[in-house]
Amino acid sequence: MTHSPALHALAAAADLPTARLYLIALVGLPLLGFLLNGALAIWRPAAKNAVSVIGSGVLIVAFSVALLGLPSMLEGAEEGLVVSLWSWMPVGPLQVNVSFLVDHLSAVMVCIVTGVGSLIHLFSIGYMKSDPGYARYFAYLNLFIVFMLVLVLGSSMPVMFIGWEGVGLCSYLLIGFWFSEKANADAGKKAFLVNRIGDFGFLLAMFITWQALGTLDFTELLSKAPTTLTVGGSVVTAITLFLFLGCAGKSAQIPLYVWLPDAMAGPTPVSALIHAATMVTAGVYLVARTNVLFAMAPFSSSVVAGIGALTALFAATIGLRQYDIKKVLAYSTVSQLGYMFLGVGTGAITAGVFHLATHAFFKALLFLGSGSVIHAMHHAYHATHSHEDAQDMRNMGGLRRYMPVTAILMGIATLAIAGVPPFSGFFSKDEILSAAFARGAESPAYYVYWGMGLVAAALTAFYMARLMAMTFFGVNRTGATEREHLHEAPWIMTGPLLILGVLSLFGGWLNLPSFIPASFGPRGFLEHWLEPVTKAGAGVHPLVMPEGQTETMLVGLAVVIALGGLFAGWRATRSTALVPAHNAIPDRGFMGVLYHKYYVDELYDAMIVQPLLWFSTTVLWKNVDQKVVDTGAVNGSARLSRGLGWLGSRLESGQVGLYVMLFVVGALYVLGVVVR
Amino acid sequence: MLIGPALALSAILFSLGVAGVLLRRNAIVLFMCIELMLNAVNLTFVALSQQHGLSGQVIVFFVMTVAAAEAAVGLAIILAIFRHSRSVDLQNINLLKG
Repeated sequence: MTHSPALHALAAAADLPTARLYLIALVGLPLLGFLLNGALAIWRPAAKNAVSVIGSGVLIVAFSVALLGLPSMLEGAEEGLVVSLWSWMPVGPLQVNVSFLVDHLSAVMVCIVTGVGSLIHLFSIGYMKSDPGYARYFAYLNLFIVFMLVLVLGSSMPVMFIGWEGVGLCSYLLIGFWFSEKANADAGKKAFLVNRIGDFGFLLAMFITWQALGTLDFTELLSKAPTTLTVGGSVVTAITLFLFLGCAGKSAQIPLYVWLPDAMAGPTPVSALIHAATMVTAGVYLVARTNVLFAMAPFSSSVVAGIGALTALFAATIGLRQYDIKKVLAYSTVSQLGYMFLGVGTGAITAGVFHLATHAFFKALLFLGSGSVIHAMHHAYHATHSHEDAQDMRNMGGLRRYMPVTAILMGIATLAIAGVPPFSGFFSKDEILSAAFARGAESPAYYVYWGMGLVAAALTAFYMARLMAMTFFGVNRTGATEREHLHEAPWIMTGPLLILGVLSLFGGWLNLPSFIPASFGPRGFLEHWLEPVTKAGAGVHPLVMPEGQTETMLVGLAVVIALGGLFAGWRATRSTALVPAHNAIPDRGFMGVLYHKYYVDELYDAMIVQPLLWFSTTVLWKNVDQKVVDTGAVNGSARLSRGLGWLGSRLESGQVGLYVMLFVVGALYVLGVVVR
Repeated sequence: MLIGPALALSAILFSLGVAGVLLRRNAIVLFMCIELMLNAVNLTFVALSQQHGLSGQVIVFFVMTVAAAEAAVGLAIILAIFRHSRSVDLQNINLLKG
């Protein structure tokens, strides 16, 4: 760790109050931004300049706070620093504090969230410029950052869960940002509901953890687990499987991935920030955070890696045949998240987090680049009053002539995600695949996962080459008059793209593999950095990475696969006769199946949604609610009390004689009881 | 001395009062029956004060005071009822029935 002398003095004084101050500033600033922008959204929605300054300003300051404060906080705190703000749930033995855990893992996440977040906020200033909901948009975005920081910094499962639910809420709000169109509102609802299934898993995992270990604090939990639980036992397996259900929901893994492609209904910067770079990686983060538990449950780890590999392959095949530029990227995100789970499931926590970081860079770049393209396309169609689809790649083509900066940067991101050296994605993806291969020596299933990952890598390169070829190369298919209006995005949008481009190019330097000569930079920086977090899990279930000839072979294979995929995708797309979307013939055969995403949505609809609707309508509503609850319980109790009231009212005859009579009888009775 | 007969007399008076309250319908008669019951109790107090000290006799004064106040209020109410419905028969006064 290197920092300036001024910072060093600060580091020496990094006591708890200072750390507390830093953390309050870190989380409080976006919260302040949310409150101010929220107020502006209600009372001064036209004050766009103020919103821009507040919205991105708080985040840039928060990022600076993170860069300045985190290293000093970690100085001498190998196991991480727990800063407690206040007591939240003091219930007998359950003492939950609102407290933040700063360690090497959460520090990485905080930097990604605030750093990439800042860039995306800046990009949004240009992208959302003419949107009437500008202030509301920035308020939501700031709120998202608040919850995301709570998620990564939470020192116990319940605190993390607040962030977990909070980002889900913001995701819902932003997917349905243009809620006046029903499809968008439905997409938001779908994301929210599918995530509930995952959250149920997270909650159950929490309950079992409490039952088995008596603590929900991450630090305590990870120190207690190896001594209390048996390796491979049913308890730890149950906890980890339920945790992974939560991860599958949040991080869009099979079978709960269906919400993410629909989430593209939101504004594109939102897709970049929430549905590519940060929120969807929360599941990977959770596995990394609880890596000891997963290391103790080989079965669960295998499930994580297997589902990850399957998702990586499955989503990549769907990505082959999508025409909406954002849909391609969405399935690509699902696929890359699968890689991350393959990594962390294999036990290569660093590799997973490394891919998380590089993916945050290049996928944010891809999404923002696509945003820049959509911005131009939308502008062209808007200016000519055309109703064509601005996101359909069949309507694009040859855009490199109109927006060269975007085209070059998207190209860099494509090479990064395809895994071409020396771009960032190459290093992280290669590390995951090598790890899976290494684990294969121990349990052969991992060889299968490795093979699936390799095929997915080829497909990734293929669909990315296709995306580039359809969007930026070939003949322009936008239309003769529309073409006049195509233009490069303003600097406020290309600026963040440029920074992300640099990060995508050099992100691999975060964790250079050992075969790179040391003169290129420090090798295994992230590996070393995350060691305090990963060593406990690695101690339980060590992973020996391949070296020497095996490693060279694996790397060579990965490079060949990447280049081959790119070339094949390039050739396949160029040879296809591309026509604008309204003239296109629907895909048939297997291509049609891919275009319709294997009909998974239809399958879920027929198997889950429709039966549920039928059950809700016919059984629950028409019978249970209307007959049992309404007629029976509600009206019945009213009728019963009315009947009893009628009986009672018969006593109130108004005849004083009767009252006296009753009184005397009562008095005599009491007398009889007392005297006897 | 004479406690037995005194208590017997008060018991008879009290029972007469109760029976009157139960059986008669005229509000004024009913009222008189209540007075009768109160005074039967007074008689008991006086009779028993021979053995139990003067406090019983003191209570009698309180009871008489209360009875006087009650008579004032009660008669005023009966008068008001009569003005309202030209009758003091309690059977006709049943506005408060449920």
